[in-house]
Amino acid sequence: MSVIELDAVVGGYGDTQILHGVSMRVDPGEIVVIIGPNGAGKSTAMKAVFGLLNLSSGHVKLNGEDITNMPPDQVVRCGVCYVPQTSNIFPSLTVEENLEMGAFVREDDFRPRLRELYDIFPPLAEKRKQAAGTLSGGQRQMVAMAKAMMLEPKILLLDEPSAGLSPKYRGEIFAIVKAVNATGTPILMVEQNARQALRIANRGYVLVDGKNKFEGSGRDLLEDPEVAEMFLGGGAAA
Amino acid sequence: MDQLYGLFLYGISLLTMGGIYAILSLGLNIQWGFTGLFNAGIAGFFAIGAYVSALLTTAPSLRHLGGFELPYVVSFAAAMVVSGIIAWSIGKVCLKLRSDYLAIATIGIAEIFRLIFKNETWATNGPRGVSMIPKPFESLPEPWNHLAFLGLVLAAILVIYLLLETARSSPWGRVMTAIRENEKSAMAAGKNIEKFRMEGFVVGCMLMALAGAFVAHYLKFIDPNATDPMTATFLVWVMLIVGGSANNRGAILGAFLVWTIWSASEILTSHLPGDLAIRTAYLRIFLIGLALQIFLQKFPKGIFPEVRPKPERRRDSLGESSVR
Amino acid sequence: MMEFINFYLIPGLVLGSIYALGAIGITLTFSILRFANFAHGETMLLGVYITYSLVQVSGLHPLLVLPFAAILTVIVVLGIDRAFYKPFRSSPTIMVVIASFGMMLMVRSMVQFIWGVQLKGMMPGIQRPMVFFDSLRLSPKHMLIMAAAIVLMLAVHYLLSRTKIGKAMRAMSDSPELARLTGIDTERVIRMTWIVGGALATAAGVFLAIDTHIDTNMGFKMLLPMFAAAILGGIGRPFGAVAGGLIIGIAEELSSYPWIGMEPLLNPGYKAGVAFAIMIGMLLWRPSGLFKGKVF
Repeated sequence: MSVIELDAVVGGYGDTQILHGVSMRVDPGEIVVIIGPNGAGKSTAMKAVFGLLNLSSGHVKLNGEDITNMPPDQVVRCGVCYVPQTSNIFPSLTVEENLEMGAFVREDDFRPRLRELYDIFPPLAEKRKQAAGTLSGGQRQMVAMAKAMMLEPKILLLDEPSAGLSPKYRGEIFAIVKAVNATGTPILMVEQNARQALRIANRGYVLVDGKNKFEGSGRDLLEDPEVAEMFLGGGAAA
Repeated sequence: MDQLYGLFLYGISLLTMGGIYAILSLGLNIQWGFTGLFNAGIAGFFAIGAYVSALLTTAPSLRHLGGFELPYVVSFAAAMVVSGIIAWSIGKVCLKLRSDYLAIATIGIAEIFRLIFKNETWATNGPRGVSMIPKPFESLPEPWNHLAFLGLVLAAILVIYLLLETARSSPWGRVMTAIRENEKSAMAAGKNIEKFRMEGFVVGCMLMALAGAFVAHYLKFIDPNATDPMTATFLVWVMLIVGGSANNRGAILGAFLVWTIWSASEILTSHLPGDLAIRTAYLRIFLIGLALQIFLQKFPKGIFPEVRPKPERRRDSLGESSVR
Repeated sequence: MMEFINFYLIPGLVLGSIYALGAIGITLTFSILRFANFAHGETMLLGVYITYSLVQVSGLHPLLVLPFAAILTVIVVLGIDRAFYKPFRSSPTIMVVIASFGMMLMVRSMVQFIWGVQLKGMMPGIQRPMVFFDSLRLSPKHMLIMAAAIVLMLAVHYLLSRTKIGKAMRAMSDSPELARLTGIDTERVIRMTWIVGGALATAAGVFLAIDTHIDTNMGFKMLLPMFAAAILGGIGRPFGAVAGGLIIGIAEELSSYPWIGMEPLLNPGYKAGVAFAIMIGMLLWRPSGLFKGKVF
């Protein structure tokens, strides 16, 4: 059974339709990447999972359970954590306070989990008392991801985690994504940096104009000439 | 017969005051209904207009600035100009910030004016106010003097209404509507939002000053607390929300409606025994406030809904009509 | 010198503390609920009159009944939020601003209806100031007010920096959307905001009443200085609101000191304009305030 399943999802914001019947799935333990040109509806597909969209038809399922159009605060409680592309940390709170907020819905003691995450992200342990807004872009992304992981989610949704980062940090972020996945958390990721993203992905989906265009393993998509021509040829870097 | 005559005079005063409030309402409508600005200092601009017009027309006096004895046309125009200039200065500071800031600033301005009128006794006679203000048509026999003044107010409303309706279906008006409904796309289309906002704000404040001028001459008296400033401001807001914002007809009709209710309820409650009569005054304010909340939540478009100006259709060279 | 301290500086500090307590509520509502709460002054008013009635009924000192008055005031405030502000949570902010404007009139008129408009006194009798060091005069009520204000400010600081809900309040102030995505219970944060604001407003009002008197215009008179203090300090910065309140309180009192010659620098009739002038100055020079708060 897939962790996340989108089934012919149609929806958009208000009166504008953006997704015209998108289907995809994330199986246990996978890293799945969504790539495509600007405006293809990549981030929108992700928001559909998280209840940030009005779906006029189609379904979203979490471990077989229907979560279509469930509001975000409930989706979080079901174990889906979402890291938006921008404004994904609380700048005036310290690193540790950000993580604490990530654990808000937890009723038990979150401190063991906090220590685990400091192990995965050592720079955050170092700067735990620093205001998150004063960190560098790459470190802020780490805070955003760690915050989302405080709930030990069943799946992590990442919206362009490498956006706006310098090449050095980009590599680090993708390494972190792999490391997080290695702990057992499946990841659904939207990315503009198609090449680097596909390299660490198990599978990928190519969306164009709100519809599925290609799909396959990360490797296959990297080597596919049509995909290469579309996005990877002239340098996929955003 | 006397009672009927009394009722007749009351009806005229109702329409006159209602009409003055209608002008206030139309002014606020430009600011709120068309430009989406929250002006909480209506009473201030109202008072400015009243004092300017009063001081320019009164006879010489030891108690306040006076002796100019200018004609009404001049004093009305001056009231509007002074108000416009002040509105422009405030707008420069606050219009680029969010509506809350404008709201706070306008309340502040209204308070500052009130303090000036209260403290600068050499000019305004302070808390004792300016009295014996001349009134247009007052030399006519009763009831023609009252009717003539009412006619003046109604004529003003008509002129203003026609001007505003023309403006609304003009390109200027349609930009205003676009800004109100979707600022971002209006900006993307290259419209200078700030300039339109400023124009709306200034013109609205000028109308409020005109209404103030009318009141000063109608009552022949003005002081810093002529009406509790907050109530005056508040009533106009209720009139607009209840009548229908972005809608000039709604603004006018809302003004007459709410004013009638306000005035009639005042008369009814004044018949109650002493202390109760005073206390029910506050109850009336409470109920009007409640009415505002109900309309805000359930009937935000007001009683008289907006009729959008029809877009112009023109025929191009192929004879096809297109919407401009 | 002593005249300056006794009759200008100390009253300024007392007034400033009162403004500070009210401004904290304004700044929290502004940053968490994202609107300027025009009814905050009248919340103060309500708190004062409820305290007055409790004092009349129980015969106790106002500070002793203050906690109960605060609870009652908060209940009303929460009711107002539920009935009149909550429907506009996802509407453009201007709607809830208008609603709060209407609320301002409704609360005040209800107070006037229930209690009437005559001036009242909170504490009977005249108090003699205590004299320290031969010339420093501090009246007991001033000391009480400043001590209580400090305690309350420390309590707010503790709430915001050490408790989970306090941190959630700061988080929501940073970004309500992210707070929601993170799973923070936004309605609970909002309730807490009203509780803190309402309790502080009650306290501020009672202190003012103890210092001066009770009248139904108190709320409105406080509104501008409290807004000015919040803007001066930076929206969303409670410390800023405290600093702003103190600055404005002191500035107001010092404005009537005869700095030059024998006459007050500013005609005391214009004292109420000092706060406004400072606010406009701030909006012109640095809208984000002294402590870099939010500009909307």
